[in-house]
Amino acid sequence: MGGKYKTPMLDELEKGPWPSFVTEIKKAAKRTQMADDELGQVEKSYVTKRGYWKHGGIVGVLGYGGGVIGRYSSLPDEFPGIAHFHTVRLNQPSGFFYTAEALRMIMDIWDKYGSGLTNMHGSTGDLVLLGTTTENLEPLFAEYSSRGWDLGGSGSAMRTPSCCVGQARCEWACIDTMNICNEVTQYYQDQLHRPSFPYKFKIKVAGCACDCVAAIARADLSIIGTWKDNIRIDQAEVKKYADAGMNIQAEIIDMCPTDCMSYDGKTMKINDVQCNRCMHCIAKMTKALKQGKVKGATLLVGSKAPIVVGSLLSWVVVPFIELKAPFDNLKDLADKMIEWWDDNAKPRERIGELIEVKGMRPFLEAIEMPPVPQQVREPRKDPFFFWSESDFN
Amino acid sequence: MSLPERQTDIGPPHYEKFLPPIVKKNYGKWAYHEVLTPGTMVHVAEGGDKLYTVRVGSPRILSTDTIREICDLAEKYCDGYLRFTTRNNVEFLLSDQKKVDPLLAELKAKKYSVGGIGPRISNIVHTQGWVHCHSACTDASGLVKAIMDELHDYFTTKALPNKVRLAVACCVNMCGAVHCSDIAVVAIHRKVPVIDDVNVGKMCEIPTTVASCPTSAIRPNPKTKSITINEEKCMYCGNCFTVCPPIEIHNPEQDGVAIVVGGKVGSLRTNPKFSKLAIPYIPNEPPRWPSTVAAIKNILDVYAANAKKHERVGEWIERVGWEDFFKLTGIPFTFQHIDDFTFMRDTMRNSAAFKY
Ligand code: HEM
Ligand code: HEM
Ligand code: HEM
Ligand code: HEM
Ligand code: SF4
Ligand code: SF4
Ligand code: SF4
Ligand code: SF4
Repeated sequence: MGGKYKTPMLDELEKGPWPSFVTEIKKAAKRTQMADDELGQVEKSYVTKRGYWKHGGIVGVLGYGGGVIGRYSSLPDEFPGIAHFHTVRLNQPSGFFYTAEALRMIMDIWDKYGSGLTNMHGSTGDLVLLGTTTENLEPLFAEYSSRGWDLGGSGSAMRTPSCCVGQARCEWACIDTMNICNEVTQYYQDQLHRPSFPYKFKIKVAGCACDCVAAIARADLSIIGTWKDNIRIDQAEVKKYADAGMNIQAEIIDMCPTDCMSYDGKTMKINDVQCNRCMHCIAKMTKALKQGKVKGATLLVGSKAPIVVGSLLSWVVVPFIELKAPFDNLKDLADKMIEWWDDNAKPRERIGELIEVKGMRPFLEAIEMPPVPQQVREPRKDPFFFWSESDFN
Repeated sequence: MSLPERQTDIGPPHYEKFLPPIVKKNYGKWAYHEVLTPGTMVHVAEGGDKLYTVRVGSPRILSTDTIREICDLAEKYCDGYLRFTTRNNVEFLLSDQKKVDPLLAELKAKKYSVGGIGPRISNIVHTQGWVHCHSACTDASGLVKAIMDELHDYFTTKALPNKVRLAVACCVNMCGAVHCSDIAVVAIHRKVPVIDDVNVGKMCEIPTTVASCPTSAIRPNPKTKSITINEEKCMYCGNCFTVCPPIEIHNPEQDGVAIVVGGKVGSLRTNPKFSKLAIPYIPNEPPRWPSTVAAIKNILDVYAANAKKHERVGEWIERVGWEDFFKLTGIPFTFQHIDDFTFMRDTMRNSAAFKY
């Protein structure tokens, strides 16, 4: 198989040092007609400068309302191999850790039923299997689920949660991101597989404010690790950084956003009540500075991409919450948020948009959180505010 | 052929099954890490155990063949353990320092790109494009390949003032959440969609289509059993096309990409930021998008020459001011740069102090 199409445009993308997706499609095209026809259609797109995919179509596995994205070529006669080219989302293990054995098993089954192409990984986090037919979905699901692998979310549902590597390999993880991610994924299996929400709901977990999983930018509920007490300073290690040539004044002290640090050439001091825990100094002097010991997370809500009314970044709702397995306090809060959203949102309204429409007050009341200054950058600027009966008591 | 018995709602396998023993032993007990080279780092546990990480780039679209090759390498050097990063890199995890150099040698021989750690670029987060999505106004994988070829040295060797996070989204849905990257490409339409009245009537639910428009540009047209679009209100977002495909938004000669800059997600030093518009339009130039690649290289070079150590692109721009950004990069400022959508109030200059 393979070689059905001449691909002069795509061949240009096999040149250069970065690994080429064209080479990957060609490898699979040697074995499957699907991948070969995919190659042909993408080449055509490169010539005509437009895509040839049709949206939607009801596909999936019995009992699930998501996890498969229906995809059909709009040129099925020209490219019959990709008349169906559905995406299967396999829920990734937390932290994207694998063994060669497990990956080989996944690939062997995929070669039997699909195009031989994958995305490692999709932007939500799933292991994405790119391109199979409707008939193959049930057998594929039986093969994977019997071996312990389940589908991820799609549509108006809980989406596959994801997290940074956390305590598995990072000294800055204030919370056990992988365990939290795994626990909430298991807790929301029903909501993940059977879309019943107004729209999508995404949860992402980052161990600290570096936010290596971009939780603040692309999760309805962003969980970001933090601490409450004082930064621990090892003065001997500070000296070693200075001796090794670090300009501590310029690179650390002057870049601290709250101006709460000082260094006199011998001793580093931090006025911890002023520190806003931005992580800059710790990230730059990881041997010398450690977060405090009272660790937990900040919960933020609302981020989304620009569609429909403009992008949002998540904002603080719960400044600090201790998170210990099995994380019942987190699940309880998430349940309350989702219930309020589900009760109040129009179809295709994300939770952040709903809060903008209804205001923070009903949301905070629904999740039983008091208003606190940490939730805002500054108080409102206008005198047009509402009072409710409960304020008069 | 009989199939094994399916199970439902089991969720993903527990991650503990896939953790290397050294990670299991030192879980939550890492003391510090050091970046050894642009593609290697060592994490040292409180008890002294050392875990070496070797990071390699990936095109994200991987064939099963390549994944098996990666598995072979993991078995040969890492007792079969490996992971992927959130930006789609592959990480080999080694507990034996002696195996690091042989692994690097084999990776080099097999032409893998090793790098992406520390103050440089990492892999470009991106979306599906012409490879798989009906909404795409460009191809994400091709743009990524062309950009990474040009910036390859910034992945494998050269240092920058800080990390620079790149992203490509193939339409304004931005599955790649381009809205907070240091430098990102987002593909756009520029023309009001063309309505196929007959098929709109046949295939689409009119109220849903009307409701899909963020600018309320769509009205039902009872005469044609279709809809009309108010050209003055339409922002070419393509929402209506997603809901109703006979409203054709694609326009190969007018579709293209915009470049946005200065976003970040970390809270280090300054708050997370949205990316802002730098270049409103560059035409699609497959297969290698030379104008887009050159524009990104220019912005990166100007940043590298002017930013202070540890400043991200957005922090540098905010320090010098956007007027300086446009001057230094030579990018023309146009009507498109002035927000006339949701954020105008926040973006106009309410001050008499500025630079030239
Ligand atoms: C409301 C805005 C959005 C719309 C209309 C939208 C639409 C779509 C569509 C149609 C696909 C299918 C692409 C394919 O053919 O495989 C898709 C895929 C995907 N979308 Fe979105 N999307 C939106 C926002 C987002 C956001 C903000 C994310 C954030 C992470 C996201 C994550 C994904 C992922 C992970 C995929 C799978 C394909 C990939 O990894 O590239 N989407 N989206
Ligand atoms: C034939 C029935 C349809 C099916 C089976 C279907 C299926 C899908 C699937 C699987 C996705 C990908 C979701 C994801 O990113 O995980 C998607 C995306 C999307 N679909 Fe459909 N679709 C259908 C019809 C429609 C209709 C009628 C609308 C409009 C009312 C619509 C609007 C969208 C939008 C806006 C997205 C972007 C992704 C998202 O919002 O989650 N689809 N669709
Ligand atoms: C020097 C301090 C930092 C260390 C030690 C560090 C550590 C890490 C680790 C362990 C990962 C892998 C996480 C995962 O894949 O789940 C990672 C990924 C990432 N980090 Fe950080 N982080 C640091 C600072 C930052 C900062 C300041 C940013 C940006 C604001 C950042 C952005 C990223 C990104 C984009 C990734 C994905 C990288 C990739 O996949 O190649 N990190 N970082
Ligand atoms: C605010 C700017 C950014 C946003 C909104 C953003 C959003 C995204 C999105 C949506 C993806 C998935 C794309 C895909 O695979 O198709 C992604 C990848 C990623 N980005 Fe960014 N990115 C930004 C810049 C950064 C920065 C500065 C960091 C690090 C601090 C970062 C960390 C990551 C990580 C960890 C991933 C892996 C995503 C995944 O595959 O699940 N991103 N980013
Ligand atoms: S977000 Fe923080 S804890 Fe998580 S991997 Fe990044 S630096 Fe480590
Ligand atoms: S964490 Fe940030 S605010 Fe706190 S001392 Fe360090 S640099 Fe300053
Ligand atoms: S960004 Fe747009 S075109 Fe690209 S995968 Fe997402 S919906 Fe499709
Ligand atoms: S392209 Fe967007 S703005 Fe224009 S009519 Fe369609 S939905 Fe409305």
